[in-house]
Amino acid sequence: MSLTANDVTQIAHLARLGIDKQDIDSYAKDLSGILDLMTQMSELNTDHVDPMAHPMDQVQRLRVDTISEPNNREKFMSIAPQTEAGLYLVPKVIE
Amino acid sequence: MHTKSLTELAHGLRSGEFSSVELTQHFLKRIKQHQDLNAYITVTEETALQNAIVADARIANGQSTALTGIPIAQKDIFCTLDIKTSCGSKILDNFIAPYNATVVEKFNLAGAVLLGKLNMDEFAMGSSNETSYYGAVKNPWNINTVPGGSSGGSGAAVAARLAACATGTDTGGSIRQPAAHCGITGLKPTYGRVSRYGMIAYASSLDQGGPMARSAEDVAILLQTMAGFDPKDSTSVDLSVPDYSAGLNNPLAGLKIGLPKEFFSNDLNSDMAATLETAINEYRKLGAEVKEVSMPNLRLAIPAYYVIAPAECSANLSRFDGVRFGYRCENPVDLTDLYTRSRGEGFGKEVKRRILMGTYALSTGYYDAYYVKAQKIRRLISDDFKMALTEVDVIMGPVTPTPAFGIGEKIADPIEMYLSDIYTIAINLAGLPALSIPAGFINGLPVGLQIIGNYFSEDRLLNIAHQYQQVTDWHQHTPKGFE
Repeated sequence: MSLTANDVTQIAHLARLGIDKQDIDSYAKDLSGILDLMTQMSELNTDHVDPMAHPMDQVQRLRVDTISEPNNREKFMSIAPQTEAGLYLVPKVIE
Repeated sequence: MHTKSLTELAHGLRSGEFSSVELTQHFLKRIKQHQDLNAYITVTEETALQNAIVADARIANGQSTALTGIPIAQKDIFCTLDIKTSCGSKILDNFIAPYNATVVEKFNLAGAVLLGKLNMDEFAMGSSNETSYYGAVKNPWNINTVPGGSSGGSGAAVAARLAACATGTDTGGSIRQPAAHCGITGLKPTYGRVSRYGMIAYASSLDQGGPMARSAEDVAILLQTMAGFDPKDSTSVDLSVPDYSAGLNNPLAGLKIGLPKEFFSNDLNSDMAATLETAINEYRKLGAEVKEVSMPNLRLAIPAYYVIAPAECSANLSRFDGVRFGYRCENPVDLTDLYTRSRGEGFGKEVKRRILMGTYALSTGYYDAYYVKAQKIRRLISDDFKMALTEVDVIMGPVTPTPAFGIGEKIADPIEMYLSDIYTIAINLAGLPALSIPAGFINGLPVGLQIIGNYFSEDRLLNIAHQYQQVTDWHQHTPKGFE
């Protein structure tokens, strides 16, 4: 299985991940190599095997719906790149 | 003071032989002397001395625990309130954590002294500590070799005695592999045994925090503090925590050890095989029975892991978007540009590779072929372990294919790097506990023996490790220049 430079660009777009143009080919080569490794998995028939998502086969625990965390709004916002009036600032998205 | 065990240190503190302030200053001085190892990302000198003053008062009042006044260093993946928590990444280089991880909170409550934050592979993705934004860590046994990864700073700091003990995290071998390469004892507990709250996520169904120290006896003391149910971690397991030190001296007569034939095939380096055979013979002398077991699906652990871990990583790391915390690119032209460039400039190459791999494996048309297939193989591997552990009490094997390799040797070839996890990652897929103990040397570099047990059998694993450490002294060797 081999990935082209176009595939890499498309995957990077899905991940909203900037990659340098000059690195695209090396990512394509590395990822193709890793995918080759993955193809070993197809040697094994797994038709009747249940996928295992989690080591303990746990279900999400429920808790009583009460407030358990203190309000740390100011502390959390103090580490943000840009804020104003208690809001996170990003470039304009609606004209 | 830096050669003493945790029990000896606690005794020295209580008897007044030295104070926690003196002990802390001693370690801080050693950290400065050996800065060239690059084991620490942040040294929290002020916090450490404040913690030590409080600890001394607590000891004087007779309110101490086994860890009060003991200097510990945290892997920089654990959030520490008001202290930089970088996870080895540029994207979190400016991140001052607004809360403590549960593990950190537990050590604080016990009165331990925080020396600083330890270097690591970026987001714990690496097997050599070379992917860190803060540069490679050097192995104190030979500074031209890697300490292992991803908890490489933890391995190097404990081996060089730049901390009395440390924490690590293990997603595919990241506690055991550096423990092996640095000649220390490291335990990856059962998944769910130690809280993941405040531990920056890489692959959530595999990540597990654990202790790294010089001996099984020390590791037992640390695990006692770290383990336990945490309502803040939705996958924390609600089971009582046994006394991990109580059974250390139990005799091993009748212990059944399984050696997977897949671990001891001709692929295993002959020096490694000979060293492990000597270690296993010690167990025979201690009364253990040894038999071969087979785990036919182990060979597919690497491909399954390198689908599942990147898939989970690509989802987890989507939170780093340049909006709420961490690095933001300069002058973004629109929101997509902000996301794309902040992430592109903030993440290093290996992290990007895994995000891309994971995004691909989860994308339309490939989900079943890669992700679901890998999860099915995960089940088969887990069943192999379950089956083997009905025949034997523990499984033993290598931790790494070779002793520590050279800095720069494998970093250019991701697949070769991934193959260095071949003996450790299956354990994470199954969620089992396993530890690495020092079992000898090859050309002056330490070799680790891996001991894998059944779910929640950490007490038994520590007992088995401790008994070996009573009849061998590999764990007491110190690298030259760090005595």
